[in-house]
Amino acid sequence: MEDCLAKKMEITVSEAEKRTGRNAMNMQETYTAYLIETRAVEPQTEGQCAPVDSLWRRYSEFELLRNYLSVTYPHIVVPPLPEKRADFVWHKLSADNMDPDFVERRRIGLENFLLRVASHPGLCQDKIFYSFLTQEGGWKEMVNETGFQLKADSRLKALNATFRVKNPDKRFTELKHYSDELQSVISHLLRVRARVADRLYGVYKVHGNYGRVFSEWSAIEKEMGDGLQSAGHHMDVYAASIDDILEEEEHYADQLKEYLFYAEALRAVCRKHELMQYDLEMAAQDLTSKKQQCEELATGTVRTFSLKGMTSKLFGQETPEQREAKIKVLEEQIQEGEEQLKSKNLEGRDFVKSAWADIERFKEQKNHDLKEALINYAVMQISMCKKGIQVWTNAKECFSKM
Amino acid sequence: DTSLAEVNSFSPSMPISPSSMINQYKFEDEPELRDLFITVDDPESHITAIETFITYRVVTKTSRGEFDSSEYEVRRRYQDFLWLKSKLEEAHPTLIIPPLPEKFIMKGMVERFSDEFIETRRKALHKFLNRIADHPTLTFNEDFKIFLTAQAWELSSHKKQGPGLLSRMGQTVRAVASSVRGGGVKNRPEMFTEMNDYVETFSQKINVLDKIAHRIYKEEREYFNEMKEYGPIHTLWSASEEDIADSLKGVASCIDKCCKATEKRMAGLSENLLPILHEYVLYSEILMGVLKRRDQIQGELDSRADALANKKTEKDLFSEEIGKLEDKVECANNALKADWDRWKQNMQCDMRSTFTNMAENNLHYYEE
Repeated sequence: MEDCLAKKMEITVSEAEKRTGRNAMNMQETYTAYLIETRAVEPQTEGQCAPVDSLWRRYSEFELLRNYLSVTYPHIVVPPLPEKRADFVWHKLSADNMDPDFVERRRIGLENFLLRVASHPGLCQDKIFYSFLTQEGGWKEMVNETGFQLKADSRLKALNATFRVKNPDKRFTELKHYSDELQSVISHLLRVRARVADRLYGVYKVHGNYGRVFSEWSAIEKEMGDGLQSAGHHMDVYAASIDDILEEEEHYADQLKEYLFYAEALRAVCRKHELMQYDLEMAAQDLTSKKQQCEELATGTVRTFSLKGMTSKLFGQETPEQREAKIKVLEEQIQEGEEQLKSKNLEGRDFVKSAWADIERFKEQKNHDLKEALINYAVMQISMCKKGIQVWTNAKECFSKM
Repeated sequence: DTSLAEVNSFSPSMPISPSSMINQYKFEDEPELRDLFITVDDPESHITAIETFITYRVVTKTSRGEFDSSEYEVRRRYQDFLWLKSKLEEAHPTLIIPPLPEKFIMKGMVERFSDEFIETRRKALHKFLNRIADHPTLTFNEDFKIFLTAQAWELSSHKKQGPGLLSRMGQTVRAVASSVRGGGVKNRPEMFTEMNDYVETFSQKINVLDKIAHRIYKEEREYFNEMKEYGPIHTLWSASEEDIADSLKGVASCIDKCCKATEKRMAGLSENLLPILHEYVLYSEILMGVLKRRDQIQGELDSRADALANKKTEKDLFSEEIGKLEDKVECANNALKADWDRWKQNMQCDMRSTFTNMAENNLHYYEE
């Protein structure tokens, strides 16, 4: 296992703060800044902690970092960021970006993102990433200087390639289908989960009304009064317990959301492959047609219809010198083309190899993480039921004493 | 259980219902003294030229001497129950007559003859008759006996006897008159004022509880509906996975089990808690009625006492009579109140064990 940054450095996103400032259009805006703390892990020294470095970053800077990484390492499934806006909201959750619960969950998500990047063997060595963590000022400029935006493939180009590519690696095609399925099933699951949470919340909270009425009722009862009163108290406990339960469930939902967004990262890798493959195919096609042209000029036969052929028929043949010149140019181009083709082929194969290696790594990570998440979910449910049993057993006792 | 054997000895091959009732029915005290067992079942629809109505089979088993036979089976319709109730109210204006299910149900899309409606009504009618049978005074009422034993034509002819519509109207007029006079309230004993206050508050609370319980039922139903969709998604997901397919399928099956457990919980609510709360909502209205009637009687007593201020001997006679009646009322009221409290205790226990059950089920079913 390579020595990842994560092993050498402790990284946390420890705080979030509301800030106001002026944006690019000189308008006042409010945003949240997150405190990133880093500390070197020294294996030798015991009981002595290295000093903590810290700096503040806002969400848009994280986005910039991620864009940079996606473009610079297209063969890697780059970890996703937590959602920009609150999605899959149910009635109690607020859709407001400034809501403290949302900010808190985002803080955790951002920390998770950094840890994932830091533990990825391919990404953790990146200098821009390192300075993101350590260099407060001038980082944005540094990123822009890399000129990565120019390297980015245009969306249109990518879409074109997806439609026109003839022979993509079957594994990538399958992977694309898988990521589509994954995305659709997880988003459906999250939607329904949000609705279930909403309903469950309702069931619990209405029980709280029992508490109030029982307490009022107990005022007029003699023998039943005490029992009612204490039972009512348990109903209140029951109704209140749902808040913590659902908060925990939100963390589970966030874990699923991460993989929902990972699906997009997977698709990005597939797109890159399709693009490269298409490029390759186009280059090969181009080469073939140039070779053909060359042959035609050399032998004087016109096998295919071409404008040149027509014009030469109409306006007379070219002089042999002209033809020679053309052939020479073509031969140069063909040689260039063949070299290019070779290197593109190599690039393509390398890409497929390294991408597939990372995809395998990703698959293992995904299976492990999801399994753990499901187990956690089950554990949560069990604990919820245990609480329920306790409350109702207590209530039952109170009632039987009435 | 030798006491039960005695009761059953007169009929060795007894059909199941009333005897199984013995096991279902909760006895507070002295179960051996029960000698009247009633069931209401087998609703049947009857169609005539004028109307369609439902009759219910009423089966009675008894060891009482005043009954000619030990077993009776008759068919009764809702109207007949209404008649019985009004006769009992007439005969015992200050006793707490158990509530009848309502004529119509306002809310909900329950049709008059839907299976659900009929079943709810049947259960309530069954309870009604049994409560009367349990009541130390009402159980010996003559009209009650006739209700249980008479054939259809006998009952109709009996119904036609007795105070007609006019006399009943007269009663109502007197009642209104006395309440307009503000009758009874000034001389009302402390105890009844307390009861009045109690019933008012109780009525409020029980109504709210009824609403809460219905609301909970509704929320649970919605929860159940969402859960039904939740499980299958995991199964769908497992189709695209390899490694985690089994875990996902496991979660899906657990969620389905939770659905079933939720269904059980809802059934518990609708069979147990909701009908009982509803019954007590009706009871609170009945109680208010009873207290009013008591006030009426007191009002009559007072006005009589005033009117006969001169004729001392006659006054004493009347006062004594009415005073006795009042005492009787007091005793009856208290007995029932005590009984009623114990009933509620049982009811609550039922409700809670349903819920505890639910929670336990959930635990078993939520596995990895």
